[in-house]
Formats: sequence, C-alpha cells, structure tokens
Amino acid sequence: MAPELTPVLSRGWLDSEPWTLAGYQRRDGYTAVKQALRMHPDEVIQLVKDSGLRGRGGAGFPTGMKWGFIPQNDGKPHYLVVNADESEPGTCKDIPFMMADPHELVEGVIIACYAIRASHAFIYVRGEVLHVLRRLQAAVSEAYAAGYLGKGVFGTDFDLELTVHGGAGAYICGEETALLDSLEGKRGQPRLRPPFPAVAGLYASPTCVNNVESIGSVPAIVRNGVDWFKGMGSEKSPGFTLYSLSGHVKYPGQYEAPLGITLRELLDYAGGVRPGHRLKFWTPGGSSTPMFTEEQLDVPLDYEGVGAAGSMLGTKALQIFDETTCVVRAALRWTEFYAHESCGKCTPCREGTYWLVQILKRMEKGEGTEEDLGKLLDLCDNIVGKAFCALGDGAAAPIQSSLKYFRDEYLEHFERGGCPFDPSLSTAWADGPLSFARTSA
Amino acid sequence: MSNYEHLTKLDEDAAAVIARYPQSGSALLPLLHLVQSEEGFVSPAGIEYCADKLGLSTAEVSAVSTFYTMYKRRPVGDYHVGVCTNTLCAVMGGDAIFATLKDHLSVGNDETTEDGKLTLEHIECNAACDYAPVMMVNWEFMDDMNPDKAVGLVDELRAGKVVHSTRGPALCTFKQAERILAGFEDPREGAVAGGGAAGHATLAGLLVSQGRTPTGPAVTTEASE
Ligand SMILES: Cc1cc2nc3c(=O)[nH]c(=O)nc-3n(C[C@H](O)[C@H](O)[C@H](O)COP(=O)(O)O)c2cc1C
Ligand code: SF4
Ligand code: FES
Repeated sequence: MAPELTPVLSRGWLDSEPWTLAGYQRRDGYTAVKQALRMHPDEVIQLVKDSGLRGRGGAGFPTGMKWGFIPQNDGKPHYLVVNADESEPGTCKDIPFMMADPHELVEGVIIACYAIRASHAFIYVRGEVLHVLRRLQAAVSEAYAAGYLGKGVFGTDFDLELTVHGGAGAYICGEETALLDSLEGKRGQPRLRPPFPAVAGLYASPTCVNNVESIGSVPAIVRNGVDWFKGMGSEKSPGFTLYSLSGHVKYPGQYEAPLGITLRELLDYAGGVRPGHRLKFWTPGGSSTPMFTEEQLDVPLDYEGVGAAGSMLGTKALQIFDETTCVVRAALRWTEFYAHESCGKCTPCREGTYWLVQILKRMEKGEGTEEDLGKLLDLCDNIVGKAFCALGDGAAAPIQSSLKYFRDEYLEHFERGGCPFDPSLSTAWADGPLSFARTSA
Repeated sequence: MSNYEHLTKLDEDAAAVIARYPQSGSALLPLLHLVQSEEGFVSPAGIEYCADKLGLSTAEVSAVSTFYTMYKRRPVGDYHVGVCTNTLCAVMGGDAIFATLKDHLSVGNDETTEDGKLTLEHIECNAACDYAPVMMVNWEFMDDMNPDKAVGLVDELRAGKVVHSTRGPALCTFKQAERILAGFEDPREGAVAGGGAAGHATLAGLLVSQGRTPTGPAVTTEASE
C-alpha cells in the first residue's frame, strides 16, 4: 500500500487568498509561535531536535542540531538567513510555497529567531521571481503591522527585524557561504570553512542558514507535536516533505508525502509517465544528484534510501524523462549550466567544467571517439572531491551517472555520426495539440 | 562633478534601502536594482552612484555588478523576455520556443528588437519546472508555453497590449520590475493578489489527496474551486 499523501504545507493552497494574514489565521496561522514564545528558547531547540527534522535545502543536516550550534551568551548579534535562492535545476518547491503561503514561512522565522536568539533575519530570495517578492513583502508588512515583527513581538520583550532581500541571478549564491558574501554585497563566492557560519557567518557573527522548507516546516511541528511528525516517514528521515514532479509525467506538480515514498508510488498519484511512453531516467533531487533509471523505481525516497542506491535525496526534485529523450543532450545541457554558474574561484571547477562542455559538445554532434569517454571520466575525477565547494561535485554527477547507465547511447552518437533522437518527440506538444497532461479531467 | 545627476532623484529611496541593513554594504545588490529601475541597465554613472552611496570604489562595485546575470550592461527593452533552456524545459520544448522567437524577432541571445521594446535571453532553471516549458517576462511566470503561444505573447507585448502572467498580475515594465527587486512594494492596486494562490501544477498533489483529479494547464485556480 502506498503511503497516503500528507498535505501540511500545501493544506491551505486551495483556500481563498491563503497568502494573506487573514487567510493564514483561518488555518491556525500564528498559533505555533504563541506556543513557542511561552517556552524557553532552549526548549524550542530541543523540540526541533527531538522531531528529527532534517534540512530540506539538499544536504539533510538536522535542523535542531544546527540551531544548537549557535553559541549563546557570546555578546554578539545572531542572524537567521533563510535560503530562498532555489536554483538547483529541477527544484521548484520553495517558490510556490512562498507564493501561496508566505506567512507560514514568516511564522517559522519568528520561532527560529526566538530559539537561536537572533534579532534580525533575512530571507534571501533569488531575484528572478518577482511575484514571490511581492507576496513576501506584503506578508512581512502585514506581520509588522500586527505586531508580530518589530519591537516586542506578540507583546513579549523579544525584538525581531525581518528583511526580504532579492538576489541578482547566480546559482552559486544558494551555497550558504556564497550566499552570506552576496548578502554582504559582495560577489557570491564560497568561503573557506572553518569557521562555520554558526561561529562567523553574516558580518562575522553567529548565523544560521536554513532552507525555506526547513523553516516553513517548524510551525506545523510546534503545533502538532513531535510524535505527530515522527509518525510520518522513517526513523532517520521523519516527517513529510514536498516532492516536485516535472517533465514527462501526466500531472506534474507538488506532491506532499511522508519521506520514504517511492517514485513508483508518486507516479501513481501523478497519473504516471505521459501516456504511451515509458520512464527512461530521472533525478531524485535535482541535476546535482546522480540520475536513476527504471531500476530505482522502488527506492524509498528518504536520505538513507537514496544514498544507499548511489545518489542523494537532494531537493526531492524528481525530473522525469521518457524514452524520447537523449541522455547525452541532457548531460550536455546540465554541464553547460555548471560551466556558466561556476564562480571561478577554484581551478578544478572553473577549468574542468569548461573542458567537459567542449568534449560533450563534440560527442553530441557525433564527432567524438570512444577515448573521449575516458577523458570525460578523468576530468570528472579531477573535479570531484578536489573542488572548493559542492557545485563542482554536482557538475560531475550527470556525466558520471549517465555514462554508468547509458554508455551505449554515447557510443551510438559516434557510430551514427550524430544524435539518434528527434527532439521534437520529447516536447510537451509532441503527442497532439493538447497532449498528455494537457487535457483537463 | 558627478556623472549621475539623472540618478539623484533616487536619493531618498537609496537611503531607505541602506537603512534596512545593519551594515551598509548589504545594500549594494538592491541599490544596483534601483539604478536599473531608472536607467534600464547599469551604466558607468550608475556604478559611480552606488559607490558614492556606500563608500566603495567603482572597481569594487563593477566587480559585483558584472558577477550577477540580472544586471545588464546595455539597455534592456520594456520587456525582458526569458526562455528557460535548462535541461528539463529545453527537452519539453524550450529549445524550440527559443529558436522560434529568435527567428520571429530577428534577434540573437541577449539582444533587443529594433523598436527597443523586447530583449530576448535564454535563461536557466527558474524554479517552475512543473510548468515546463517556461518563459519569464520581466521575471514573471509565463507557464506551459509552446512556440505559437510564445509568438502570440511577444506580438501582444509589442502591440502594447496588457498581458497577464499565468501566476501573477498584469506585466509591468522592466524598470518597474526592477524597483520591486530593490525592495519596494508594487504600487498598483491588486498586484499582490494577481494570479491567485497557485497554478495547476502547484495544486496537483493537494487535489489528488482529496480524491480529485488535477486540472492541467488550461483551467485556472478560480475555475477549479
Ligand atoms: C551550488 C549550491 C547551491 C545551493 N543552492 C541552494 C538553494 O538554492 N537553496 C537552499 O536552501 N540550499 C542550497 N544549497 C545548500 C546550502 O548550502 C545549505 O546547505 C542549505 O541552505 C542549508 O539549509 P538546510 O539545513 O535547512 O537544508 C546549495 C548548495 C550548493 C553547493
Ligand atoms: S567548485 Fe566551482 S563554484 Fe565552487 S568555489 Fe570552485 S569554482 Fe566556485
Ligand atoms: S528547467 Fe525550466 S524552470 Fe526548471
């Protein structure tokens, strides 16, 4: 039996005007923060630790533990920075959440800041999503007007400023230390660690960087309790999460489910791969996570399950590609992305991604040789583990994993002197004017 | 003598931006957006303006403005038209859409039409993959596109018609969008509410959890309620 879907963050998205303060309050909005403010901050941290919530930004680091790393009574200001840069290819969960439900994030921010004793928080949103900025700005000003932000929030002696900050287009700014540099007004380049942000983050002060969905999940945990949360998912990966299905599926979109659900089960909910086609390859958590094929349809999509199968849960961005898709084209396009977004700080990534693109381009055109496959893998080996930040490792993932499963397809490009696929067959409109997902029920 | 007399009308706004941050350096990204809201790009004078406001050198500001893709060195048209050609959108038809628009508008990547109205650019994943293929006009979502719709869209923009984002309000101009990016509220009544709560893909899982069938792109949120 497939686990049931568990709409928690998405529960109010069909309500009327769910993005407003009034709309959020109709579904218990801002009750969790009142509970939290009656607790000792350390108790709030303990509660999040006990829940087992793990970071939803990609790495799965336990959220409560991260909060616990912020030194206390150190006399320095503390900061919370919400990572709303959402730019990992395939990832599309934080943006719709903030658009429909910005107050739930604001409530999470207040709880988190109270716990770590921060009096200024920032939401760093990628710049390329104007409407998200509008909704966040509106929610924050409503919260100020209601006395939920500013001096003495909710009538307590806790003060909190919240600033919405728009980025300017750079994938690397999602990496938490690059994000901090960017928020300080610099080029977004990763910092050497240690010191970790918990010790010397924004303005060299203790800083907690958390993903939107991590912070957004906190109010529900406070409201409903640790046992409720742990009743979903597995022991090491408890709770609910947003899985984002995109590509060749009948009903792409956001599916909120307990951690550990499988792609086979999610596809069942989403109407399956588009009619008349079959699954070829998919990413479990964005383009930086090694791709899977049909073989992994039953892998539990939690941190341990995906890890054991040789990839990473990442951002739970399930990009689905059917048999019409050329895997070499996909790998090349992702590699071009990494080359474009490489911040240039370290040589393995800056030079390596450049050469990967050159070789893959040749291959896609059918001008490569089998020797080039070895060169590709060598180049990947020279990046993985040697680059300064995880962008470099991510860049190698599509190439290494596609070569593992589809080496023959690379070879076919040389043998035929070109790509054996017709790209027009992969398009959303390939199967007729209103193809697959495009007919309403 | 400064070269930025045309920007001094931004002084009050610039001060408001700087006041948001514990340290003024943090204001640089929003200030560059603010400059773009006036100039439609970041000129050397705009760089000087930011440098003077924050006590930085122009070299420091330049190094930052050239690092981020949203800051433009040449004037952008009234509408910045982005076509996502990252892998998923490309495969779903983004490549075909981009090729069609280049041809239809007679421009290359990052070029502006002769009438100065539209600037075409291929863009990276914009966190809307469940609506692929995706276009962004002035950084507002235009979901579930195809080449015909894309041509219709740019023709309407060039004809000066009011066009709505599929998940947002009526499109504003590039300069107006840049002001919102600098952290100022959209002055238009109803702009925040524009587009409703969510599009079809955002709601797919919630509908399924209620035993309902997702609607697909043709039907809007209002109609599904
Ligand atoms: C290249 C790169 C891009 C990243 N982009 C994002 C992002 O857009 N959003 C995000 O939350 N985390 C992103 N991360 C992960 C962050 O560095 C960090 O782990 C995360 O924000 C921590 O939040 P969490 O503990 O709540 O997951 C990225 C990491 C790398 C290496
Ligand atoms: S791995 Fe790439 S993105 Fe990361 S620091 Fe090195 S050059 Fe920059
Ligand atoms: S790939 Fe186009 S929006 Fe994600």
